[in-house]
Amino acid sequence: MNAVALPRALARRRPLVPALLIALALGWLAAFLLLPLAAVFVEALRAGVQAYLASIGKPDALAAVRLTLLVAAIAVPLNLVFGVAAAWLMARFEFRGKALLGALIDLPFSVSPVVSGLVYVLLFGAQGWFGPWLVAHGVTVIFAVPGLVLATIFITVPFVARELIPLMQAQGSEEEEAARVLGATGAQMFFRVTLPNIRWALLYGVLLCNARAMGEFGAVSVVSGHIRGLTTTMPLEVEMLYNEYDYVGAFAVASLLALLALLTLAVKTLLEWRYGDALATHAPGGH
Amino acid sequence: MTLEISRLCRRFTGFAALNDVSLSIAPGEFLALLGPSGSGKTTLLRILAGLEQHDSGSVRRDGADFLTLPARERKVGLVFQHYALFRHLTVRENVAFGLRVRPRRTRPSRGEVATRVEQLLKRVQLEGLGDRFPAQLSGGQCQRVALARALAVEPDILLLDEPFGALDAQVRVKLRRWLRALHDELKLTTIFVTHDQEEALELADRIAVMNNGRIEQVGPPQGIYQQPETPFVCEFIGKVNRIALHADGDRLAAAQWQLGADPWRGLHAQPVAYVRPEQLSLAVPSARPAWTARLRHIYLAGSVAHLELYVAALDQTLEADIANEELAALRLQAGDTLRVAPRGAVVFSSADVASSDPGRWVWRAHDARDHAAHALTAPAPVAALHDGRRSVAP
Repeated sequence: MNAVALPRALARRRPLVPALLIALALGWLAAFLLLPLAAVFVEALRAGVQAYLASIGKPDALAAVRLTLLVAAIAVPLNLVFGVAAAWLMARFEFRGKALLGALIDLPFSVSPVVSGLVYVLLFGAQGWFGPWLVAHGVTVIFAVPGLVLATIFITVPFVARELIPLMQAQGSEEEEAARVLGATGAQMFFRVTLPNIRWALLYGVLLCNARAMGEFGAVSVVSGHIRGLTTTMPLEVEMLYNEYDYVGAFAVASLLALLALLTLAVKTLLEWRYGDALATHAPGGH
Repeated sequence: MTLEISRLCRRFTGFAALNDVSLSIAPGEFLALLGPSGSGKTTLLRILAGLEQHDSGSVRRDGADFLTLPARERKVGLVFQHYALFRHLTVRENVAFGLRVRPRRTRPSRGEVATRVEQLLKRVQLEGLGDRFPAQLSGGQCQRVALARALAVEPDILLLDEPFGALDAQVRVKLRRWLRALHDELKLTTIFVTHDQEEALELADRIAVMNNGRIEQVGPPQGIYQQPETPFVCEFIGKVNRIALHADGDRLAAAQWQLGADPWRGLHAQPVAYVRPEQLSLAVPSARPAWTARLRHIYLAGSVAHLELYVAALDQTLEADIANEELAALRLQAGDTLRVAPRGAVVFSSADVASSDPGRWVWRAHDARDHAAHALTAPAPVAALHDGRRSVAP
């Protein structure tokens, strides 16, 4: 029997095994994913829909939403450009220090987010390395929006690059070489051949990057200063509301974040369903 | 359009991919670059396409410097082994690509592009498949799309990098012949890289045999096969029996088989003779010197039979090829004892496959007695000696 037939045959004869595995998976997901998610909405609506809407409508909450969107709107496009450039470099060129660059790209994953935030405070804070220069020029980075943006960029650097690098390495450069020999300029080759081949991985990377940019807590918390209405993003606002015993408010804002996560997931699933075949052909191995 | 490659060199860390390669390509000819992996043939092709840099040497097209042009401006068509079709574009869009990326000034109108694409699809026998994606095509169809795409930009030279390597045997043979017919129709200068000598022998006007970054020999297929210039070419092309010789008085010999003379007069210690399987006579009359061989095995391969012969005097197994009908006529069976001798051979002064410029002697047997007085010349690199009388055709 071939490799595919064997598990199926087993499943037919002993339905107990797949049933157990499914039960285990669902149970795990229910306990650690679905239950907390449901709890967020239950707690948010505990005092009724009016209270929920009032919490969301508060100026501080709205300011937090606006700030979160602003930070994401800056960090994600920048990391998109960087991610594509880094992937292009890593997948198509050989150079000294390539392994080092790869390690650096992965650095934000291995460093604790709090440490990442602290590093920015050490660099750009008033007593930091660039502190005196910044103060002299009237530029505030830490405890202001620029600091939030920087910390978020740092945290989300790897997402797009890590999605693209293995894909581009596996796809190889033959299509691009063919385009060049057929007369395409560098830009034509990039937009007509490279980009279309990586578009789904790129989109997935952007979605992940966006989700993380909006939900980041640790690094942003260190650099933010928690100035209500000015430097609080949604995750920070949730924490502050919870510490003030405003449970409905906290869960209301949290529910917005949860809705965002669900929206991201829905978009991704929709794209996979709609463009499933295209996704399959872009994997290496298709003609 | 003549292409003149002159002393081209390309080194990668540690080895020379191309080592002083010079080649002249006539307009409209079908040239095969043939050699084992690592011989430099693909490197040469990629340098011509503009995908690799060279270290020294030059290439001139119609007298003008070719290598300073970027890949886009060379008017070259390139077909890859794994097709390299744009997977997100339809067949039609793939073929039209080269025309669509032209600068505004030289870009044909949409209508013209569409017409040309249709014509090309028809020529490669893929009309009707224009709206399919590469993933929906078979390997042979993909390669034909790749060819149509390369031809769409009306190149001066067509470069093919082992184009049939990824296809199965039957498709390969069909496409091979079709490609040759297409070439005859278009009269486009074509350079074809392959490691399959059968393909090269069948398709090419001329073959350049490459080894270790050098060209061992260039010539028409018959010349390469019948008159190999180096031991490497001899061993690489077709099957061959390699027989060590020694000097026996004033002749070269291997056990009972004697060649009429020794062109190097004992200068070289270990000359070697290469005998093609079809050059072995299997029923040599007792008047003439021959080896005693035992027929170990008969391998039938369609119209040809391969015979495995063990020659005790040489302690060597030789392979002979005879036509299937001849096999039946001679009523040969495994276990038979035969008198075997070569009808012809290519003799080299040195068995060293790696040496260039070995002395060479193309030897033919006679139907009567051995004629010792050959016209001998000094061991020149290409010293082909024939007896004045007509010899038995191999």
